[in-house]
Amino acid sequence: MNTLRVLLMLAWRNLWRNHRRTFIMLAAISVGVWAMIFMTALTQGMVNEMVKDGVSALPGHVQVHHPNYRDDPNINNLIPMADTELSAKFAAAGFEQWASRIKVPAVITSERESRGVTLLGIDPNRERDLTFVDYEDIDGRFLEDEADKGVVIGRKLAETLDTDVGKRIVIMSQDPKNDIADRGFRVVGLFGANMQSLEETYVFAGKQTIQKLLSVGDHVTELVAMGDDYRNVEPVYEKVVKLVDDSVVVNRWFELDSYLGTMLRVMDGFVLIWVVVIFLALSFGLVNTLVMAVFERVREIGLMLALGMKPSSILGQIIIESMLLLVIGLAIGNVLAVASIAPLNSGIDISIVAEGMEMMGSASVLYPQLRMEDVILANVVVLILGFFASLSPAWRASRFQPIEAITRVD
Amino acid sequence: MNIILRLAWRNIWRQPRRTWLTAGAMVFSNVLLVFMMSFQFGMYSLMIDNSLQALTGHMQVQAPGYVDDQRMRQTVADVGDLSRSLREQLASDTIAARAQAFVLASSDERSYGIAIIGVEPHFEQKVSNISGLVSKGRFLSENDAAEIVVGAVLARNLRVNIGDELTILGSGVDGSFAAAVVTVIGIFDSGVPDLDRTLAEIPLGLFNDVFYMEGAGHHVVVNAPTVDFAPALQAELEALLPEDADLVVHDWDRLLPGLKQAIQADLSSSFFMYGVLAILVAFSVLNTQLMSVLERTHEFGIVMALGLKPGRLGRLVMLETVMIGLLGAVIGALLGSILTWYFSFSGFQIPGMEEMAIQFNLPARLYPQVTALSLLLGPGIVFVFSLLAAVYPALRLRWLQPVDAMRAA
Repeated sequence: MNTLRVLLMLAWRNLWRNHRRTFIMLAAISVGVWAMIFMTALTQGMVNEMVKDGVSALPGHVQVHHPNYRDDPNINNLIPMADTELSAKFAAAGFEQWASRIKVPAVITSERESRGVTLLGIDPNRERDLTFVDYEDIDGRFLEDEADKGVVIGRKLAETLDTDVGKRIVIMSQDPKNDIADRGFRVVGLFGANMQSLEETYVFAGKQTIQKLLSVGDHVTELVAMGDDYRNVEPVYEKVVKLVDDSVVVNRWFELDSYLGTMLRVMDGFVLIWVVVIFLALSFGLVNTLVMAVFERVREIGLMLALGMKPSSILGQIIIESMLLLVIGLAIGNVLAVASIAPLNSGIDISIVAEGMEMMGSASVLYPQLRMEDVILANVVVLILGFFASLSPAWRASRFQPIEAITRVD
Repeated sequence: MNIILRLAWRNIWRQPRRTWLTAGAMVFSNVLLVFMMSFQFGMYSLMIDNSLQALTGHMQVQAPGYVDDQRMRQTVADVGDLSRSLREQLASDTIAARAQAFVLASSDERSYGIAIIGVEPHFEQKVSNISGLVSKGRFLSENDAAEIVVGAVLARNLRVNIGDELTILGSGVDGSFAAAVVTVIGIFDSGVPDLDRTLAEIPLGLFNDVFYMEGAGHHVVVNAPTVDFAPALQAELEALLPEDADLVVHDWDRLLPGLKQAIQADLSSSFFMYGVLAILVAFSVLNTQLMSVLERTHEFGIVMALGLKPGRLGRLVMLETVMIGLLGAVIGALLGSILTWYFSFSGFQIPGMEEMAIQFNLPARLYPQVTALSLLLGPGIVFVFSLLAAVYPALRLRWLQPVDAMRAA
């Protein structure tokens, strides 16, 4: 224990013998670590928003459908079990949130224009917190109950259709016999969403109204349940599976949207690659510094060896010196990263590239996300790889022949 | 050989390991930069080409406002005549007229809302690759035939095959009821889910009759030989448009604003990363050069006492940095292009690339190409950062007092 304390003190003092070099190296490590964590927080923030938006546009962490529905989202592929019966089961199971709905393709027509849309027949009381709709920002009103006779459409859709709150539109879709089912609706509200495509695509109506329109009785096409964290949907998934029979399929959100699921996985890989790349760029400087430090001290290391210090102690001393350097650099880098991310937590406006971000599936405000596991990953990777990078110069120093080292002239 | 040059060259090899470690940091960054930039620039141009060649084209002549709202009544009058006269005046046949509507398409079993485009069969093949992507049946040929070509996913969802009939229901340009029965003659498979699921094409003549267009359409697509020639062609095109007609020309960036922005967003985040790499290399250089200057304080004191100007010593230090920098740039660029060259044959695939590739109209496997820009830009940036880092050690020499310096150990 005593040896360790001596080595630690030696390493600490050696570190500050050439303070300029140490400061430059510290600056390099700090900038590197800062960049690792900062960039990671930005990308994680972006992916987080994408997934959150994507999940809320689906929406639902776990979804139940007829086995053919995903391939053929048609009114014929209804969930075989009756809605009231299933809903009662879901209500009793105590989910964070759940809802049943009808989701079918439809055509919406105003006096002037037609557009293809996705028609959602919902129970507004169940969907309150489920959708991407910003309830604070609605012109007119949202649906009141599942028998509501009005429709709520997106602002952008209203603009292209040349319609507004209070005006009438016609919705056409097909019933299970492939007869055209159409009906006039009054637009009761316009919603805004953070992506234009959502405002263009979705049309909300009362579930019962739509069931009547499409003559499907007490049936729905989709049942969804939400947990509290999209990264961990297994508990919800298992609970849902127990509630349904095998006439339906149950999917997690990342199976329904493979792009988002992949993004999430790719990003975790990206974080590791980024951290390793930065470290490698740093490692040249680190090894260089250690090589210089050893080189300057050849004679004194020889002397210590001659006086009976064990080679392993020399090895330890150099490695401790390197680790001290890394730990201080890491500490500064971490503090810098946290300090620079904190003021950005209210969101970075990147609306200049809004449409590009929408193409990637992300909204135009970026919220950096500092995740503990990413910070720990960066720190651990730097320490472990740093240890291995310092082995070679340290090993070389411990192998000096005392006589040669003492008599070396530079 | 110049004496300063020789001196610098010898100086950097006094500590070969340090020189190699410094150059190594540059080589590492440069290999990475050359490869990544070749990969990215190649990917961007593919993204642009693939996204534009399906429908958008390089530019379109439209009525003002159509680009934002795509309303049925925002028409271009006598669109067929316009496209014909443009083809003649520009002596190009990569120009075609179109009209577009949203309808409910019904087969025997299914109904879906889709976008339907009226095209000039003969010229459409020159501006869009959809005719080449017809995997079953054939593309449209006559301008008035009651025929339709549909996307593969749409065909599957509607449960139709070649020879089956589809009923289309919508509204005409005047708001009146429009309907037609058409025969499926072709199914295209573009690999772009949005197109395959929601798009169908019919001949422009038929479109004109069904939707009561009276010769009007919605846009004329104009393609340049490659996207680089588009701006010049656009200027020429704008001059040709009749003065009294209320028409505008939009380039692809205006028609598909997400594309350039997605590229910009990706580019700016990558340049942040490249910048960080360059800064880390700069620190490495700063460290090395400062050490090498401090080590030589004694020797610098002597040469200054012998009459050498501090300015010349500063140039010596800069020259040494240039040499190490060139070493790193040349080796890095060389290894980087070898790496890229290897992948330009074997292709490169990122795990998870497939899903992302579909999102951005890209093939799942990419073949990066070394270009002058991708080869020089990265090493150039690293080189400049290295030189900047050496400025401080070089400037320090100006304050060096020969007598004090000689006393230094």
